[in-house]
Amino acid sequence: MEAVTAPRLPKTLMIGCGAVANEMVAIIKANGWDHVTLTCLPAEWHNTPDKIPEGMARKINEAKEDGSYERIVSLYADCGTGGMLDVLLEKEGVVRIPGPHCYEFFSTQPVFEQMMEEELGSLFLTDFFVRHFDRLILDGLGISKHPELRDMYFGHYKRAIYMAQAKDSELEAMAKACADKIGLKYEYIYTGYGTLETYMTEQAGA
Amino acid sequence: MSDEEDIILADLNDDELVQQMHDDLYDGLKEEIEEGVNILLGRGWTPYDVLTQALVEGMRIVGIDFRDGILFVPEVLMSANAMKAGMFILKPLLAETGAPQVGSMVIGTVKGDIHDIGKNLVAMMMEGAGFEVHNIGINNPVENYLEAMAEHKPNILGMSALLTTTMPYMKVVVDTMKEEGIRDDYIVLVGGAPLNEAFAENVGADAYCRDAAVAVETAKTLIAERA
Repeated sequence: MEAVTAPRLPKTLMIGCGAVANEMVAIIKANGWDHVTLTCLPAEWHNTPDKIPEGMARKINEAKEDGSYERIVSLYADCGTGGMLDVLLEKEGVVRIPGPHCYEFFSTQPVFEQMMEEELGSLFLTDFFVRHFDRLILDGLGISKHPELRDMYFGHYKRAIYMAQAKDSELEAMAKACADKIGLKYEYIYTGYGTLETYMTEQAGA
Repeated sequence: MSDEEDIILADLNDDELVQQMHDDLYDGLKEEIEEGVNILLGRGWTPYDVLTQALVEGMRIVGIDFRDGILFVPEVLMSANAMKAGMFILKPLLAETGAPQVGSMVIGTVKGDIHDIGKNLVAMMMEGAGFEVHNIGINNPVENYLEAMAEHKPNILGMSALLTTTMPYMKVVVDTMKEEGIRDDYIVLVGGAPLNEAFAENVGADAYCRDAAVAVETAKTLIAERA
């Protein structure tokens, strides 16, 4: 009987946000995608999304100069770039994960929309933001030094929803503490990898 | 920027005090600003001169350093808090002393959006520049904007959004104004982190303002053009 060789999968570069790197790496490893390389831009750019298109352009240009990638995929959604990332990606012929941001692609669009319908003042925490909450939020927004700024940033928020990618009781406890630190009601939803895994699988051609 | 030793504000002459107030504003020192404002008023300064020379000028310096990446959002917010404290003292006095009014504005964040830091900074700086500002808050459907414009008849409508998903609502507001035949009665300024000039043009606004300082200058320019 002749051996059936699996079709060769295109060498693919996926460009994502450092804040989602853990999950993206986990998905690649779990699926054994040797043909996929992941590269990331700084997670801190969550607070300065105007930097994302330029950073993405640089990564795309490096990949094209490298010449070995047959596909380049953006794992950034719009992510606060106001459509500017899409302008770049269209010019470069690069596709991206649909939707506005990672909160939606983790929870999926209908679930995210429902949460926002229920309460507009919802702050979302992912595994990454729970781990780095003090640095990115309390220190990064100046609340550690000036607690009076809390109301300016979060005065209109009513709840903090921890969208868990991993089931981890330690992270859950940390997430509750994050909500307490900024005086918001804590809620929990397990999302796993949501649309991210579906999209990566589709783009990996597997 | 401030000297680390304790400075007795009352011992400073006018020029030194104003300079110190610029430093204190830069450092977000609310109580020092309140003290400085009261000292200058006590010396016979008009509320308008205190506002423009001590506070507005001080925030102008803050705005430049923010634009240049020397100051960041937390520091700007502390400075804004200090200026707000100073303006709280001055506002009733400005009205009494007939300080010049440049124009008026209705400003609000659009429907579905609860972010207002930038919008509130613009409102404060516009007040500092002599505009009467009606801040209608957050999550505003088009009806709220129309009602506020009908009530206050401002020169300017300002809309703010921080989310890519809520930005498009600005077009709903502008299109409704066109349908109502009132678009040309107002100057429409838009702002917010994900916005840009192309977006402003697409939604039919008169200008995109990338920060509070630009909002003030743009407002003054467009009002002068229409005069």
